[in-house]
Amino acid sequence: MIVSVASGKGGTGKTTLAVNLAAALGRKAQLLDCDVEEPNAHLFLRPEISHSRKVGTPVPLVDADRCTLCRKCAEICRFNAIAVAGRQVLVFADLCHGCGGCTLVCPEQAIAEVDRELGAIDFGTCAGPDYVGGRLRVGEAMAPPLIKQVRAAADPRRITVVDAPPGTSCPVIAAMHGADFVLLVTEPTPFGLHDLRLAVEAVRLLGIPAGLAVNRADLGDDAVFAYAEQQGLPLLMRIPFDRAIAEAYSRGQLLVDADPCWRGQFQALYRAIETLVRQGGAVPCANS
Amino acid sequence: MKAAVTSKGVALDSEVDPRFGRAPYILIVDTETMAFEAVDNSANVNAFKGAGIQAATLVADRGAAVLMTGYCGPKAFAVLQAAGVKVVNDIDGTIRQAIATLKAGTVTYASAANKEAYW
Repeated sequence: MIVSVASGKGGTGKTTLAVNLAAALGRKAQLLDCDVEEPNAHLFLRPEISHSRKVGTPVPLVDADRCTLCRKCAEICRFNAIAVAGRQVLVFADLCHGCGGCTLVCPEQAIAEVDRELGAIDFGTCAGPDYVGGRLRVGEAMAPPLIKQVRAAADPRRITVVDAPPGTSCPVIAAMHGADFVLLVTEPTPFGLHDLRLAVEAVRLLGIPAGLAVNRADLGDDAVFAYAEQQGLPLLMRIPFDRAIAEAYSRGQLLVDADPCWRGQFQALYRAIETLVRQGGAVPCANS
Repeated sequence: MKAAVTSKGVALDSEVDPRFGRAPYILIVDTETMAFEAVDNSANVNAFKGAGIQAATLVADRGAAVLMTGYCGPKAFAVLQAAGVKVVNDIDGTIRQAIATLKAGTVTYASAANKEAYW
């Protein structure tokens, strides 16, 4: 089972939901931190990192002696990462998405692939779930290949909880693709609703069953709840705007440790997700 | 000599577009005869990434010896340099005025990009 915790808007509580869900499931779960630009799940799970490995992406290296300047490589590249100028072939490695197209189409076999470092993956253990977290190199913009490798490093025998990056662009798709369920997290504000709509559209395109958790649920207005009901998006959890919760968070404490009644609530959340996945996601809204 | 100038329109009296990669037109002007061709750059205007690289390749392929524009980023500059195309930045006014300054020899050729790459 793979549960991806995502949101359109940043700062809604994805990491709070993800780490507490994983912690409530204990040893049978693992948490994948796929918010590789600013990973923070480790602040709450506090894993002991056993090892790390570097992650790269293949970029072309052109052998000028074999190259006939035919431009087939430049023509196939969607991202203009390779250009022929004068008698030279220029590679813009930071634009390269590593598809290997240029290497394939080169009639002279003049292109080799070399590795460009994107970041690293940390592997760790804590009292509860296993931890696998991606760290994008500072200054790097190409997050999806690293996220895909974090996903590939998951142990398929465990329940996988993915902490996704915010938004709806390529890194988020990489963190949601192939998941059995997407838990969307939002807050009941106009911003929260606006970005939730975008996230729901993305999840629907991917065809993954989804449910909603509303954080700071007693703030703002009712528009998010009305939208969820209208969309048939089941409301699976409400977390109140509560000083004790905020204090625990600010100390890096898990909600399931700060207040044990949350442990039961997160376990119930997982059971609800399991039921939805079995039913294919079509259940009425919980607060309707 | 042929000079390429980024343009908002298709005539010699059109205004220079300060953007290089995403200018709607690039005028390739013969500085002796003032004969010119307006190359439609609209495919690049909405390019996802690498618009400057494509525009630089276009300018080099049309045989221009000089590119006159407002801002030229580092990737486009690298392509132009490799192709032996000189760059004049910070150009404004009309295409005709730009070519006049080039012919008068009052331009300064850039030794580096004058705009940072963006994502």
